[in-house]
Amino acid sequence: MSLSHLDRLEAEAIHIFREVAASFSNPVMLYSIGKDSSVMLHLAMKAFYPAKPPFPFLHVDTTWKFKEMIAFRDQMAKELGFELLVHINPDGVAENISPFDHGSNYHTHVMKTLGLRQALDKYGFDAAFGGARRDEEKSRAKERVFSFRNANHAWDPKGQRPEMWKTYNTRVNKGESIRVFPLSNWTELDIWQYILKENIPIVPLYYAAKRPVVERDGMLIMVDDERMKIEPNETVVEQMVRFRTLGCYPLTGAIESDADTLEKIVSEMLTARTSERQGRMIDKDEAGSMEKKKREGYF
Amino acid sequence: MNEQSPIIAAENVVEYLRAQEAKSMLRFLTCGSVDDGKSTLIGRLLYDTKLIFEDQLASLEADSRKHGTAGENIDFALLVDGLEAEREQGITIDVAYRFFATDKRKFIVADTPGHEEYTRNMATGASTADLAIVLIDSRQGVLRQTRRHSFIASLLGIRHIVLAVNKIDLMDYSKEVFDKIVADYMDFASDLGFKTITPIPMSARFGDNVTTKSEKTAWFDGPTLLEHLETVPIDAGNEKAPFRFPVQLVNRPNLNFRGFSGQIASGTVSVGDTVVVAKSGQSSTVKEIVVHGGNLERAVEGQAVTIALNDEIEVSRGNMLVAPSDRPHVADQMQAHIIWFDANPMIPGRSYILRTETDSVNCSITDLKYEIDVNTFAHEAAKSLEMNGVGVCNISLQSPIAFDAYKSNRVTGNFVIIDRFTNATLGAGMIDFPLRRAENVHWQATEVTKASRAEMKNQKPAVVWFTGFSGSGKSTIANALEKYLHVNGKHTYMLDGDNIRHGLNRDLGFKDEDRVENIRRVAEVAKLMSDAGLIVLVSFISPFRSERRMARDLMDDGEFIEVFVDTPLEECAKRDPKGLYAKAKAGEIANFTGISSPYEQPENPELHLHTVGHEPQELAMKIADFLTNR
Repeated sequence: MSLSHLDRLEAEAIHIFREVAASFSNPVMLYSIGKDSSVMLHLAMKAFYPAKPPFPFLHVDTTWKFKEMIAFRDQMAKELGFELLVHINPDGVAENISPFDHGSNYHTHVMKTLGLRQALDKYGFDAAFGGARRDEEKSRAKERVFSFRNANHAWDPKGQRPEMWKTYNTRVNKGESIRVFPLSNWTELDIWQYILKENIPIVPLYYAAKRPVVERDGMLIMVDDERMKIEPNETVVEQMVRFRTLGCYPLTGAIESDADTLEKIVSEMLTARTSERQGRMIDKDEAGSMEKKKREGYF
Repeated sequence: MNEQSPIIAAENVVEYLRAQEAKSMLRFLTCGSVDDGKSTLIGRLLYDTKLIFEDQLASLEADSRKHGTAGENIDFALLVDGLEAEREQGITIDVAYRFFATDKRKFIVADTPGHEEYTRNMATGASTADLAIVLIDSRQGVLRQTRRHSFIASLLGIRHIVLAVNKIDLMDYSKEVFDKIVADYMDFASDLGFKTITPIPMSARFGDNVTTKSEKTAWFDGPTLLEHLETVPIDAGNEKAPFRFPVQLVNRPNLNFRGFSGQIASGTVSVGDTVVVAKSGQSSTVKEIVVHGGNLERAVEGQAVTIALNDEIEVSRGNMLVAPSDRPHVADQMQAHIIWFDANPMIPGRSYILRTETDSVNCSITDLKYEIDVNTFAHEAAKSLEMNGVGVCNISLQSPIAFDAYKSNRVTGNFVIIDRFTNATLGAGMIDFPLRRAENVHWQATEVTKASRAEMKNQKPAVVWFTGFSGSGKSTIANALEKYLHVNGKHTYMLDGDNIRHGLNRDLGFKDEDRVENIRRVAEVAKLMSDAGLIVLVSFISPFRSERRMARDLMDDGEFIEVFVDTPLEECAKRDPKGLYAKAKAGEIANFTGISSPYEQPENPELHLHTVGHEPQELAMKIADFLTNR
């Protein structure tokens, strides 16, 4: 009996979860509510069974997430009984930051990057799980599974610790921390395959449905609440759409699709000719923008 | 990521995915010298297996115009060189992982840097790979890095090599050039223990023999690179090896359940099997193999499970559950091959942390037996191991660990070396074998004990360790303290740096590795004297934190008293009682602490004495008070 590709990825991730729980004094899981977070949550439940995951789950909210995401988050926390922490950057709220008015770059920096740093400092977490995968983006492909951050949460891409075998260096001094990526070696197809195999719940926005959208800057933006102002030259249309990734609704493009089952989603993905991050505005602001954000402390 | 596949209708998806899952997985890396075309080759593989999305292709074309080195053509290297510094400099700095699949297999590729400076990142990629593609530029032939990378691949247990003789287009697809390079490579690589070496003439830039057979090399009858990657037999893994289960954590949700969580490193385990705790030798039988969603009857190498036993026996993180008939070594001394990554060299005698997959213990290198020249593979005597060096060492651990030889088990035979202060990963090791001494030398339990000796002297033994610059006043204060203690009936002895260097340590100089050995010997002497019941005063510059820490660890708790004699360097130079600063500043003394060699201040000394404006007697009394009150 030899393990399948997916079995090996699952075991690798569980091993990573346990290493962190055994070696760090105050770990946390970053829960972003997307499909990768759903897989992470499922793996965390498996890693410590029959015990519960020995760490809380943190959602850094930007106040601009899809309503359905927030509802899904609260429902999962209730059903699975994990400890959910929600942090919103109070400075951003006071400033009334909006991706519409302030641009995606500034919004992301204040509400996500700074918000995350505030939350990590507030609770003094020394390890934080994230759902990033190496196939997503070029600078991610270079990142370690255990990725060291200095006391200012900064990443030094040129000075990464060598990471041999799965013998992880889990040591940090006071104030320093580690970002841990159990899904490093998973591809988008692996994620969907696993969701299908394990029957993992995901936010309904991944499934196609009739939704109100506006075409703006070449992207289909869903009108999720009244904060979205419709320009005179724009019209809101009801269209069959779904989302390949989820984030802040003003920054996340929908795709036209009829895929309303998991099987159809996978089928559609197998024939896709664009990468999943294409629907994200924040990666396109400038060349190397992900690396820059990560150096500043973005996940 | 998109897989190379025809359109799959939704109703066939489940079936399709099942077929995907049955595929085997090959992990490989690309290595070789700078500019041999490693990144280009991976870019080409992704492009030819149709794994590049439209938006990625568009940005690749834009990037090629901006940074590209391929003229009018697409520069495939830009697909993988992801860091800004890499794109600007046109080189690969860190290992990048890429994923692709064909109808036959799934692949994880580690694209590793060619620059010697980044050898650590190449080793990172090699540590998890089954196969290495060694690229050679046809115009250059076998280079130093070709040999270095082949050697490291061999050291890390890679058994399959593809020799990619690249840029053959620039040599007119010449068979002679190819044959010559292959012969040169075989000449040295035949001793490296590879199971297969498959040479292929190639042009990554134009795609010759990468995924399709090239007409321009009609003389070549071997496989294309992709054909070979799809069919090379992957080693059966560790399933047939004896059972090894390194325990990561004890799972104890309530009083009714106690299980041991870990990932099976090798072999198999079934309910009812007898297993042994490696370090204690206690045995029990497997009661349950617990996983979420239903218990298992049997589990195999690679699976992450939680094992519950039928008896209450002591097992904690770092220990292993193992097969009773074929157990790992348990020892506190071993020989290992070490690759050094850090800019500060490895120095025998210095204290480090040795980390195996789940265990962590203080260690020191007791002997650097020889360094291996990666170019000639010759064994050379060395006093320290510089960055990117490979050496064979004897290692002594503070307490025993369980392990196998790396050649029989890559999981339970590896370790990394970690700095005790910065926590940097300094090096990696492959264990060769345990050293017999560990089993044969037992501590002699003596009737007259340390306590009884100290009691007779009516005192508590101590090691008062004075550290500070030359001329800071260490010996002066130590002298004052010793006089006071002596008058008060205490039994003391002073170890002074200058005096010891005339006798016990006369063979040592002032280079870093000699300074480390200097302190190690003095610390051991101080330990014997405190064991004899004495109050030992050690007056040594001892500039490095790690050696002072090593000395501290040697002594019993509370017995080591670090006294930082804090005098500003300018003041020491002004006092200059021995005229040394004047000489050092004139360049007559090399490696002089504070001038041409660093001094690392103590972070938490028991006593921090500022000398300026204070008399030595006054400061000595502070130490005497500390000794009395402890």
